[in-house]
Amino acid sequence: MLAADDGARVIAGGQTLVPLMAMRLARPSRLIDIARIPGLAYIRDEAQHIAIGATTRQCVVESDAVVRAKLPLLAKVMPFVGHTATRARGTVGGSIVNGDSAAEIVLVAVTLGATLVWRESGNSNAIAATDFFLGPMVTALPLTACLAEARFPVWSEVRTGVGFHEINARQSDFASVSAAAQIALDSEGRCIRAAIGVGAATAVPLRLDTVAEELKGQRYEEGAVRKSLSAALNDIETMADLHASAAYRKRVALTMAVRAIADAYEDAARRP
Amino acid sequence: MKVELDINRQRHTADVEPRMSLLDCLRDKLLLKGAHAGCEHGVCGACTVLVDGAAVRSCLMFAVQADGYAITTIEGLSPGPGELSPLQDAFCETHGMQCGYCTPAMILAAHALLSKNTSPTREEIVDAISGNICRCTGYAQIVEAIALAGERMRGQNIKADQP
Repeated sequence: MLAADDGARVIAGGQTLVPLMAMRLARPSRLIDIARIPGLAYIRDEAQHIAIGATTRQCVVESDAVVRAKLPLLAKVMPFVGHTATRARGTVGGSIVNGDSAAEIVLVAVTLGATLVWRESGNSNAIAATDFFLGPMVTALPLTACLAEARFPVWSEVRTGVGFHEINARQSDFASVSAAAQIALDSEGRCIRAAIGVGAATAVPLRLDTVAEELKGQRYEEGAVRKSLSAALNDIETMADLHASAAYRKRVALTMAVRAIADAYEDAARRP
Repeated sequence: MKVELDINRQRHTADVEPRMSLLDCLRDKLLLKGAHAGCEHGVCGACTVLVDGAAVRSCLMFAVQADGYAITTIEGLSPGPGELSPLQDAFCETHGMQCGYCTPAMILAAHALLSKNTSPTREEIVDAISGNICRCTGYAQIVEAIALAGERMRGQNIKADQP
């Protein structure tokens, strides 16, 4: 159906697509509703990663015990994804294919290095989340394909902690800037693994690998974290809109990221 | 397109265009005017209804997608003609409304919360209605109303989904 009509779009929860249609920013000729296709909504523990089916609703992920235990960063951001009423319909896959840099699930997918699997006329393709998001609400997903699954890597380190902060006009509205951090510590409180991401500041979420690298072997020290983040954010061109100027976004990105990293260290240190 | 909808425990059939939102169907086809059309793009929350007990924006759902779900609108909350549910009662008592535009949606969002959790903290109440905009009251009395209703429902052992 997608191949036969290039104006056709897939709809699942419709919590982004329908507002875009209401504003006439999207004018699909045909909608293909996949929300109730059996076998597309699931959360599966596959040891190395957790596989989440594309039409799994956000409210299901929010209260899922496996996600809470194995994907603490995803569990942490879920309450920030829209509001209760939109999470009741909105899906994980829908959020990903919309590719909004301000979307928390998109940020987590990039930060943790998720793998995205789509299906196109019977074939499956997998792509790294870091290659999937191309620009503001533009993804590598072919027009005739449908996302099937997102695989979020599970960290085996016991002392893994997470932090997330965002700033927005109204609680749970679109973030102007968001930052996520997942950090694993050794028994001495030194970082052995880190993943840091900043969302909504740039066209696609930004993964700060240089900062993650510099944190390794370090205990939390705000000055050093701030310096490392400043250097990483220095040459980045941030977006500007009615709510936040580019300079403001850059400044707040730094603050949000410092707080997320501090929280992640603290969270990890609490684990035995 | 013909849809069969289960609304307030009654079956309705309606002839709708595929593009018609559940909100427009409720208001214009079934004359259930309690769900209000505010922003019509999922921001204000005035169109909230319950779909299988969960608060959902009816402006972001097409009527054809609602087939097979149990829909509850504000008209379905009262236990009988001329009576009020504990939540509706509490909203009156604490002056949890002024113009009334956001009220049905506030009550349904609160209903969804209290049916899962009759002892919500203030933060949980605020979170549950954070997607609903009220431009009159400043929310204080709304939060108070929900807390009061929760307290009464605990006391009376009434489950919210059994009005």
